[in-house]
Amino acid sequence: MRHQEAIFAGFGGQGVLFAGQLLAYAGMSEGLHVTWIPSYGPEMRGGTANCTVILSEDEIGAPVISHPLSALVFNAPSMEKYAPLVKPGGLLLVNSSLIAARTAREDLRVVYIPASDIATELGNIRIANMVLLGAYVTVTGIVSLDSAKAQLDEHLSDRQRKWLQPNIEALDRGATLAR
Amino acid sequence: MAVQLLKGNVAFAEAAVRYGLQAYFGYPITPQSEALEHLSGRMLQEGRVFLQAESEVAAINMVYGAACCGVRVMTSTSGPGFSLMTEGLSYIAGSEIPVVVVDMMRGGPGLGNIQPSQADYFLMTKTAGHGDFHPIVLAPASVQELIDSMGLAFALAEKYRTLVIVAGDGSLGQMMESAELPPMQPLPEQRPVWAVTGAKGREPNVITSMYLVAEHLEQVNLRLQAKLAEIRKHEVRFVESQTGDAELLLVAYGTSGRICTSVLRQARQNGLPVGLLRPQTLWPFPEQRLRELAEQVRGVLVVEMSAGQMLEDVEHAVQGRVPVRFHGRTGGMIPMVEDVLSELQALASDLGVTP
Repeated sequence: MRHQEAIFAGFGGQGVLFAGQLLAYAGMSEGLHVTWIPSYGPEMRGGTANCTVILSEDEIGAPVISHPLSALVFNAPSMEKYAPLVKPGGLLLVNSSLIAARTAREDLRVVYIPASDIATELGNIRIANMVLLGAYVTVTGIVSLDSAKAQLDEHLSDRQRKWLQPNIEALDRGATLAR
Repeated sequence: MAVQLLKGNVAFAEAAVRYGLQAYFGYPITPQSEALEHLSGRMLQEGRVFLQAESEVAAINMVYGAACCGVRVMTSTSGPGFSLMTEGLSYIAGSEIPVVVVDMMRGGPGLGNIQPSQADYFLMTKTAGHGDFHPIVLAPASVQELIDSMGLAFALAEKYRTLVIVAGDGSLGQMMESAELPPMQPLPEQRPVWAVTGAKGREPNVITSMYLVAEHLEQVNLRLQAKLAEIRKHEVRFVESQTGDAELLLVAYGTSGRICTSVLRQARQNGLPVGLLRPQTLWPFPEQRLRELAEQVRGVLVVEMSAGQMLEDVEHAVQGRVPVRFHGRTGGMIPMVEDVLSELQALASDLGVTP
């Protein structure tokens, strides 16, 4: 059965909430049940942000999960918090541009990707989220990379539209590195 | 209509517009402020009334006034705002007019925090204001059910001329889920005959909650109680899963209810004979069905995001026939599937229920 759970975690402004939403849209476009739920404490700029996304062929019960199948961590505090929580056998995707640490866990599939460096190379550090998302959908296969791209086209705001092509390239770069 | 990815707060607001909401009065409070944000644009687009009042006290009295005029009206808030509204809610109940209120519960007591909670259960079902009354309280567990609840809430409010509360929590308001909105419904063409619309050519309609003569007020109360009895008889709603052969029963509503569907799935995979009763109306509570199930099962586990409020209604229904255990999280914490599952397994082993 197709089923995935992912926590996206990083600083506010790194696009973790949008990356999670894009995954949810892609899942929905492939006919899966989806939930997206943000942490919504008294957030502030530069503070931490995270969201949990679940995609499933089954109806989704609990929308929050203490031990998810996957975590995409964008900064060091998120690595510290979520690396220990991922289910054994699960997936940990690490933005190694900003996270020097390596996890000691040996029961996970861990992929280190210099997402922020790649994003900077593509002209906008803020599209590191798409680099990790590209890697995530490639490793898990929960949705196709093409679905993610199509949803990007659909849901990128007018203000961000000029970044469509670099966003798509970012997805591709992440996918390539994860293969 | 197509399936969309919708945030709970936006979903209930847009659903209300489509179900013919004519006027909204409210005051922003997290975790439901996106509803006001959405309605501030949409209601004006439709040429309807949106007003951000100076407080919840003002908002509920504006709702009261609009409802007296026979307009389809609502407000939405969260715990602290609901507390402020209770005086107005009692006047609304006493005046027997249709009003819909959404409460996206957050951690309390006091200012508490903005995280999800279910600790307004007593407030909504039993103490929504002074005097003898109960609102109808609907408890959706998903964004789709939240959308559907809005249509049901207006229909019930108008059918019984009563207060209907839609009970959500912060996580339902904040989460996005795939769901389908209803098509745009036409607005009611006429105001109800009881409404205050200007008495030209007819006797004035009087809407009040004040009856200074005790005999009169008692008659009003008897009529109100008769109506509540009708609601108790006809409007109990709940969802039951896998209760057929169940020896253990989970009882939970809203977000806790959907968490328990995950618990149920895992427990069944482990071979444990468990069922779930998820009340969709908190008042009227599915007391009779629960009493029947208490004849069948050997133990009950109640799960809430509170210190145990619905628990009292469950205990009242079960009447000591079988043990009733409780798992609750407070302060904005959400029960975790693993924790509920181990509570359930402990209950099973104490009662000698085996896979």
